[in-house]
Amino acid sequence: MDNLLLMLAPLFSSKLLLVLFFGTLFGLILGVLPGLGPTTGGALILPFTMTLDPLSAIVLLTSIYCAGTYGGAITAVLINTPGTPAAAATCLDGYPLAQKGEAGRALGMATVSSTVGGIFSVVILVFFAPILAQLAYEFGQPEYFALAIFGLTMLASIGEGSPIKNLIAGAFGILISTVGKDFMTSIDRFTFGINELTEGIGFIPVVVGLFAMSEMLTQSTLINQVFNRIALKAIKLPSKDDYKKTWKTILRSSGIGSFIGVLPAEGGTVASLIGYSEAKRFSKNPEEFGKGSIEGIAGAEAANNAATGGAMVPTLALGIPGSATTAVILTGLIIHGVRPGPDLFREQPDFLYGIFGAMLIANILFFIFGFFGAKIFARITLVPNKILWPMIFAVSVCGTYSLNQSIIDVWIMLFFGVLGFFMRRYGFSVVPVIIGLILGELVEGTLRQSLVIFDGNWLMFFTRPIALTFFILSLIALAFPLIRSRKFKKKL
Amino acid sequence: MKNVQKSKRANKSLPFFFRDEFRVSLVIILISVALLITTFTFDIVPPILNRGIQPATFPKALLVLIILMTLFIYYLATKNPWKVEKKLPRPFFLTLSSFVFFVVVSKTLDFFLAISALSIFVSYCWGEKRLFYLLLVGIIFPIIVFIFFETILGLRFPPGIITNIYYS
Repeated sequence: MDNLLLMLAPLFSSKLLLVLFFGTLFGLILGVLPGLGPTTGGALILPFTMTLDPLSAIVLLTSIYCAGTYGGAITAVLINTPGTPAAAATCLDGYPLAQKGEAGRALGMATVSSTVGGIFSVVILVFFAPILAQLAYEFGQPEYFALAIFGLTMLASIGEGSPIKNLIAGAFGILISTVGKDFMTSIDRFTFGINELTEGIGFIPVVVGLFAMSEMLTQSTLINQVFNRIALKAIKLPSKDDYKKTWKTILRSSGIGSFIGVLPAEGGTVASLIGYSEAKRFSKNPEEFGKGSIEGIAGAEAANNAATGGAMVPTLALGIPGSATTAVILTGLIIHGVRPGPDLFREQPDFLYGIFGAMLIANILFFIFGFFGAKIFARITLVPNKILWPMIFAVSVCGTYSLNQSIIDVWIMLFFGVLGFFMRRYGFSVVPVIIGLILGELVEGTLRQSLVIFDGNWLMFFTRPIALTFFILSLIALAFPLIRSRKFKKKL
Repeated sequence: MKNVQKSKRANKSLPFFFRDEFRVSLVIILISVALLITTFTFDIVPPILNRGIQPATFPKALLVLIILMTLFIYYLATKNPWKVEKKLPRPFFLTLSSFVFFVVVSKTLDFFLAISALSIFVSYCWGEKRLFYLLLVGIIFPIIVFIFFETILGLRFPPGIITNIYYS
């Protein structure tokens, strides 16, 4: 009961309501614009959150996350381009349905299923995050090391692209975290005599560079791209018939999305693809999929929004991000001095339940905004890239500079922008770099402290049941892509 | 499917040193080796003060792991070549060079001027020829951002020819 009251706290704070309102609106705009999305948007707004108190800052980021994930569907339905990667599966049926003159019906279903998926996942978050946090009390240094390794291997195997390339990117992220003074001995590493590097490389220049600046370079290669826009007359709530057809799909996809979200991987994108394919598998009319099936839209959208709450479970309970955007949220928590983990649940329940409540309200708010404002948001896609991206550049540069008032940070951001572009071009995802950077200190710190505890005996890791379980799960995660590709070949 | 096969064939027909997989692997390995050599210059903690492993051990292990995995992806790529990427268009190179230009101008002349010049340059290179919009992205918007950061967030921008006029 107390926790429920704590969840409702944002409703009674005018400041938090304002932050939620702005965050949801901003998230929707970011979601609608192809190439931006909640991860890049979160990274861009991160420096501005320094002026807010920790709760308002995280509420802002989470509301951007929830609304941005939904916003991608508007672009997916109307211009056949996913506003966010998580909306890629929505294009498959959303756009064909819009071409048939039923854009309003497609967006109505996307809005309802996204809201249901989002709310379902918040319920999962409220119940499971404290349980997981309770379990984390059993964790010592070796267990945390094994958990971080598990997180990175999961990301490599379930994430997009080649698992080995993802592992290289993750290892590179951990390597970046070693730049600066060694936290145990204060010995300089990879500083090359540059004073500014002794403090290490900050999260924000890397995050903004890898997401925003690399996207700017990507957009420079796409300036001649032409979109076929479909006009939207009005968004329509699904009919009784549509509800009858899709309620099972929505619930199933909400469950799938929440589960996939909990796994440390690329949350919404993977969830929507699995949600979509499962909707097709269970459908009575699988032949309609790809031609404008309402079930296809419901399956993809419920799953990707359900992944938002799911991905927050390991982020808050263990400090291991469940997706790219939660990696940005975790960065926000760290720069505000909040250490996620079991102690957070014991010491700051008001903070945590405030976030849960804010996510719940954000899901309701984006339903209202989406329902009444989809037509206006659809017009935002008309802003040409040649005007939008130079503006984003100005905000990125000033935002990055503002954190430490360091011009070196801006140069680091630009360097990572160029690096991120080439990484993406050659199939290396940039998400593992960020997660590696965030987990780097945890991985190295727990490894070194464990070795001190074990007196340098590496084999002692395998005498701890929880750590051993995580190592076995890591091996399974690494073997999973091999098994999957063999099965796929057999099917062919 | 046919297109993918075609592009794969095209990639296989190139000499190995022109293929993306070779060049990318080579760059990663060269950088990793250079960094690995750097780790040998890190200070060593005397045994009496050392708890656990030396500060250089962890980065060394990571770099060796990166090199091994890169060799493995190259080995895989010899069997299953990467698809050939499209050539990068002119606006990409102009945008990339504008980043270098930004670094030089922000260091030597003025931070605000660098943002303004880059915004106009990028917008123009991407096809915007209307003067009002060029002024919007290059002058009006950067001024709004500058004032926002300066007055609301209390940020002090680095000195430069334009910033000095504002602060004086």
